[in-house]
Amino acid sequence: MTNSEGTPVTTEVVALQRRTRGPWALAFVKLRRNKAAMASLAVFLLIVLACLSAPLYARWAGVDPFTSTLDAVIQIDGVDVPVMEQSTEGLGLGYTPIGPTWRLGNYFLGADGQGRDVMARLLYGGLNSLRIAGAATIFTLIFGTAIGLVAGYFGGLVDTMLSRFLDVLWAFPIYLLAISLSIVTIAHGIAIGPIVIESGSLWLPIIIIGIVYVPYVARPIRGHVLSLRNSEFVLAAINLGVPGSRILWRDILPNITTTLIVFVPLMLALNMLTESALSFLSIGVQPPAASWGTIIQDGQALLYTRPVVALAPGIAIAISVMALNVFGDGLRDALDPRSKVRLGRE
Amino acid sequence: MKKLLLTATAAVLLAGMGLAPAQADYLKEHRGGTMRLLARAAAGTLDPHINYTDQAWQIYQPVYDGLVKFRQADGKDGFQIVADLAEALPEVSNDGKTFTFKLRKGIKFSDGQDVGVKDVVASFQRIFKISGPTSGSFYANIVGADKCLADPKSCTLAGGVTGDEATGTITINLTKPDAEFFYKLALPHAVVLPANTPAEDMGSKPIPGTGAYMISAFDPNKGMTLSRNPNFKQWSEEAQPDGYPDVVQYDFGLSEEAAVTAIQNGEADWMFDPLPSDRLAELGTKYRDQLHISPLSAWWYAPLNTRLPPFDNIKARQAVAYAVDRNTLVKLFGGKVLASPVCQVLPPDFPGHEDYCPYTKNPGAKWSAPDLDKAKQLVEESGTKGQKVTIIVEDTAVSRSIGVYLQSVLTSIGYVADVKPISSNIQFTYIQNTNNKVQMSVSQWYKDYPAASDFLNILFGCSSFREGSDASVNISGFCDKDIDAKMQKALDLGVTDQAAADKQWAEIDREVTDKAPAVGLFTPKRLDFVSKRVGNFKFNPQYDWIVTQSWVQ
Repeated sequence: MTNSEGTPVTTEVVALQRRTRGPWALAFVKLRRNKAAMASLAVFLLIVLACLSAPLYARWAGVDPFTSTLDAVIQIDGVDVPVMEQSTEGLGLGYTPIGPTWRLGNYFLGADGQGRDVMARLLYGGLNSLRIAGAATIFTLIFGTAIGLVAGYFGGLVDTMLSRFLDVLWAFPIYLLAISLSIVTIAHGIAIGPIVIESGSLWLPIIIIGIVYVPYVARPIRGHVLSLRNSEFVLAAINLGVPGSRILWRDILPNITTTLIVFVPLMLALNMLTESALSFLSIGVQPPAASWGTIIQDGQALLYTRPVVALAPGIAIAISVMALNVFGDGLRDALDPRSKVRLGRE
Repeated sequence: MKKLLLTATAAVLLAGMGLAPAQADYLKEHRGGTMRLLARAAAGTLDPHINYTDQAWQIYQPVYDGLVKFRQADGKDGFQIVADLAEALPEVSNDGKTFTFKLRKGIKFSDGQDVGVKDVVASFQRIFKISGPTSGSFYANIVGADKCLADPKSCTLAGGVTGDEATGTITINLTKPDAEFFYKLALPHAVVLPANTPAEDMGSKPIPGTGAYMISAFDPNKGMTLSRNPNFKQWSEEAQPDGYPDVVQYDFGLSEEAAVTAIQNGEADWMFDPLPSDRLAELGTKYRDQLHISPLSAWWYAPLNTRLPPFDNIKARQAVAYAVDRNTLVKLFGGKVLASPVCQVLPPDFPGHEDYCPYTKNPGAKWSAPDLDKAKQLVEESGTKGQKVTIIVEDTAVSRSIGVYLQSVLTSIGYVADVKPISSNIQFTYIQNTNNKVQMSVSQWYKDYPAASDFLNILFGCSSFREGSDASVNISGFCDKDIDAKMQKALDLGVTDQAAADKQWAEIDREVTDKAPAVGLFTPKRLDFVSKRVGNFKFNPQYDWIVTQSWVQ
């Protein structure tokens, strides 16, 4: 084995190179070697890209995924086919939306109960699900970290009050709390002083989901900070008279960054599930906007004749959540210095 | 004394009471077996003086009786009022304000107690003592009702409802004539219960009745069993006919999809809930002989809040009425077989109904097509273009899809619209309360009894509007003093000349429609799916399918 300059590479040199790599580089190498995690990341990025292309897809397909098109007619192999087919046999009861055509741009996954292109709605729905899950994750991480840092570092009464607050929040079943908050805010939105959030805004599910998961992040962060608070470098800084805010910012926060990074994909997955559940219950994304949860709800009334309407978003949620969880596991392994992922030939 | 219409009506009804000649023969051949019914959930309290749901009212028919009752017949005959516990329809005197009934003898409650005058008087008092949901509306006209409403616990209805045990007569005095009083007496809220029934909501505890069946078991989470009343002897086939099945087993908890499958497999005989839309085509094709489509006196409509922008402007309201494509809504409901487009308030074949539709291309009697150009022009003229409108709908598949469609219609004529589905459990009260500032909603109204006032006066009368109340059924907040005065005149006229009154109601219907406090969407039909073994299906226009008049063997 030689290096780029043709010099033979000895075990000693490899060991030296390993020693000089930073922890981030090491983690990246570990992560890159984890094939399952990388494959999951690729799948998730693919889903994100597909969802980002939703407006392009709708324009290309010439469909409006937010308007009822019960009288629309499409052409398949030169034949006009109504998007909503009325039963012509027997008593002529009911209308059945067109099923999957498997032709991109032409009702690929068929239509829903209002004659809307399911594929276009699936992409738009994914975009909303990802937006809400992403923003809620940021919200949760910011507030969860702030509460965990303050409670863990300052201790005493501050810790007691914040911890009991988290206990109260955590005492409610997550979905019950989310549903309660949604029902209260869904019709009139939120108006606190100058902050006004309209009832149909995506910010409502973002804030609700963000709030209910704050204890999920804050508690482990508090525990981590409690142990760091008594570590020698923090005690030394305190004894040297370094202000608490500086210690939190410069000494403690960098030491919990890996924990926070590991939280990101896991929280994303959790938030996507919660958003879908709330939207399925009509208290998340509001019609005619779509999310994977609302599409499943629309498809519920078509399970017998057009199961793909509910199955497609269901599968999308399952794949996304699985990909995020597997990637999250890989990320945790990579950032854990005690993990035993081999870095190269030794 | 003026000859009253009520007396004439009574005579006509009595003359028309021909007994079905075949019932006795049918009973011999088909009597017995267990009828199995399904519903997603129970209908709430068992107390007939309180429960105000179609589901419970239907099942009360073979269990309870009042002094009078809607005839247990199909077709229009089902709207006729016949004597039930009373020997005959009453003598009406005192200018239509006094009704004297004579109680039948020999009738017993299912627990063996004799039915007496005291039970009738106590039952009327109980309507107020338990603050029944219609005590302040349907029965507020009884003398003494005002005191009962003010102090329910000590209600005596002194001078309002009196009885003479010796002669078996009951006298009801009203404060003013009421052409619809017979209908109100025929509702389950006025059935006769034992005098010793506690004056409180009996919840899940069955109260003895006089009907052919009694509620022998009830668990709100599992089901209800009706079995034959051992003390029942048929006294009037029109009012309380003997039934065919020995037992009616009503099970709760199965989803609509599962219920359809159970009926297909012969494991159940009927389901209360609407058939799931994705099964309609299959059922209409393969099970057409087991389906029964019946007209309903009902109205799907979109109330527009006349007290809030933009719909405080009549042109804005009319614009929406012009823009809505009723055919699309009919499709969303399941197609032309299950619904018909409408513009006006009163349903087809209802007293006072005369075809009228101004909000269509080529205005006239029937709706033909939306007129978007006219709608856009009206929005421009109203100066409301660009305003925000929120539509509140029930969180059900049909309501949600109607809401989404209406949102697209409003957007197309220049409004910034969004739609909010909220739980069916709270939507109806939510949209009534003015504190919630609901601009537009989607709702339904099913008649309590066959009178035009039950739609026009209840939904659009000034007295039906209550600021800040969950019980303000005039959702639009519509109050036109002239129209309200006409409604009162029509109500008064109905006491002496119902045909003339119905003409007036038709005029009122047109005037209300012109003012567009709500957009008429469609008239639905009832679709009943029964098992193969169910025979003699009869649909009563007042209480839907007459359960115990069908047989299962």
